Amino acid sequence: MNWRDTVRTATEAVRTHRLRSALTMLGILIGITAVILTVGLGNGAKAQVRDQINELGTNLLVVSPGSTTSSSGLRGGLGSSSTLTRQDAASLADSAVAPDIQAVAAVSTSSVSLTNGTTNWTTTLTGTTKSWQEVRSRKVTSGRFLTDADQQSSAAVVVLGSSTATELFPTGGDPVGQYVTYNGKQLKVVGVLAELSSSEQTTNNDLAIVPASTYSQRLIGGTTRDSVSSIYVKATSSDTLSAAYQEANGTLLNLHGITASSSADFSIATQESILTAATSVDKTLTVMLGGIAAISLLVGGIGVMNIMLVSVTERIREIGLRKALGAQPRFIRRQFLVEASVLGFFGGLLGVGIGLIGAVVLPHLTDTRVILSAGASAAAIAMAIGIGVMFGVYPASRAARLAPIDALRNE
Amino acid sequence: MNAPPVIELVDVAKTYASGSLEVHALQGITLTISEGEFVAIVGPSGSGKSTLMHILGCLDVPTSGAFHLAGDDVASFGEDQLAEVRNRHIGFVFQQFNLLAYLSAWRNVELPLVYSGVDRHERKERALAALAQVGLADRADHKPGELSGGQQQRVAVARALVTEPALILADEPTGNLDSTSTADILNLLDDLHRSGRTIVLITHEADVAGRAERLVQIHDGHVVATGPALVGA
Repeated sequence: MNWRDTVRTATEAVRTHRLRSALTMLGILIGITAVILTVGLGNGAKAQVRDQINELGTNLLVVSPGSTTSSSGLRGGLGSSSTLTRQDAASLADSAVAPDIQAVAAVSTSSVSLTNGTTNWTTTLTGTTKSWQEVRSRKVTSGRFLTDADQQSSAAVVVLGSSTATELFPTGGDPVGQYVTYNGKQLKVVGVLAELSSSEQTTNNDLAIVPASTYSQRLIGGTTRDSVSSIYVKATSSDTLSAAYQEANGTLLNLHGITASSSADFSIATQESILTAATSVDKTLTVMLGGIAAISLLVGGIGVMNIMLVSVTERIREIGLRKALGAQPRFIRRQFLVEASVLGFFGGLLGVGIGLIGAVVLPHLTDTRVILSAGASAAAIAMAIGIGVMFGVYPASRAARLAPIDALRNE
Repeated sequence: MNAPPVIELVDVAKTYASGSLEVHALQGITLTISEGEFVAIVGPSGSGKSTLMHILGCLDVPTSGAFHLAGDDVASFGEDQLAEVRNRHIGFVFQQFNLLAYLSAWRNVELPLVYSGVDRHERKERALAALAQVGLADRADHKPGELSGGQQQRVAVARALVTEPALILADEPTGNLDSTSTADILNLLDDLHRSGRTIVLITHEADVAGRAERLVQIHDGHVVATGPALVGA
């Protein structure tokens, strides 16, 4: 008996017992769908994080205050007072000091509530300078960005993120030229930032930018007027990113009078390192979800075994007859094994199909991205067949071991 | 008659262990059946004729004694070899027909050929020829459920014929049939006998046994009488 006949016989048996086959496949289907979607969600989340981080700009370094490697335990997290200042940023921007740094933007942020008439919206108020636009590679759809003149005169002007603009001006129309109020102070909207496609819900689109001088002198104030939340540094190119890192590090250590870089009171992160940190969290989640998917596949496999055992018992006469007609035990074993793997294959195929549908539907229901790969889908189908074979072995060998007379005698 | 006999049993015994009890189903059967013979094995239930049929059909092996089938020493064969012998040398006709309900008539008939590795086209050709021989050429695509009992048994006979076996073994082939269909199947067996086939028929009905050339009577695991059949007995 050749393989073609075996496969034909097995598919006929699967087709004959339609309901039972469908129920068996359901177990495999759910498992494979779970696997496909888990992998897809994991990839989607990774891509989403990567895009968000890429949206920060290109060839970017982020300098944050505080110590990352505290040995004394006294440093790091020193309350509200930041160790970074606008003078630090100014020094980094000096091309004589740091030739590989193209532009620098110091940023102070705080969460504030802006109002427009009766409309109220909480957003991230960002105090920075003209260079922010270049460093973060952002465009303005309407109006203009901040200018040096705004900075010098501490002008009461604001540039809104696209979603902030939508929230504060829900009736539509161009917000440019209109006013929003913060804490009783009026700010004139001079520009709206272009939307970044991948992150409607993030601070990349929801923010309000004011001149640094306005931020520290007129709006937020406080005792540490010179301190900033972070400094964005843009290297001249991706090749000079590493050199820019060294220059920034050396300059800041020097300015802060620190000799050992291990006791630095700031940290510099690259986009790459931020990405790694962010995705490691996702990886844990993906592994966990994958584990759940694997368990559901296992349950599906046990379902296959269960049904195949029932099938062997129910078709005991058929087995006896086939043996009487000259089927050797290995042909019987093979037939049931192929039957189990046919169930696995179609279950897997349907599972991938449902997974594909899920990958299209899910992003519409929740704000998650699902990225399916052909490789993962093929692997899932192979896995489904493997499960069919694995859990078909025992029922198949039971069928093969039946004595023909016992099988024929069975009523 | 120089060809070896189709069946040669010498002092064959079969003992089953049934719990602590030993059941001596066959106790020293010696029997020779030559090519072209039509033999009926008769006996009451419990006489051991089913056990004898299982051994003749290579579905079971004797506990002791020698059994040659078409020249092969079958008593020493393993499971795979027995499957091959059944496939090549024996055509079964069962009381219960034992057709697969989900396959059409010709697909049922081709089954033994599937296991002997005959290619698809030849299988179909031979299956259709065998169906024509039992007068069911026009029913080849019908499923067993769409055929009468007599027709189903004729499909089973076609399946027994399709490998051109040395022996056709019919176990109570008319046990589930009405009198018209019974006559039908017995006439078919007569025809096959006339065309030179070796047929062993196992039955407990005297008029069915009467069709055979020779009668072998089994009682309590022994052959009690063997001789020409008395027509109409």
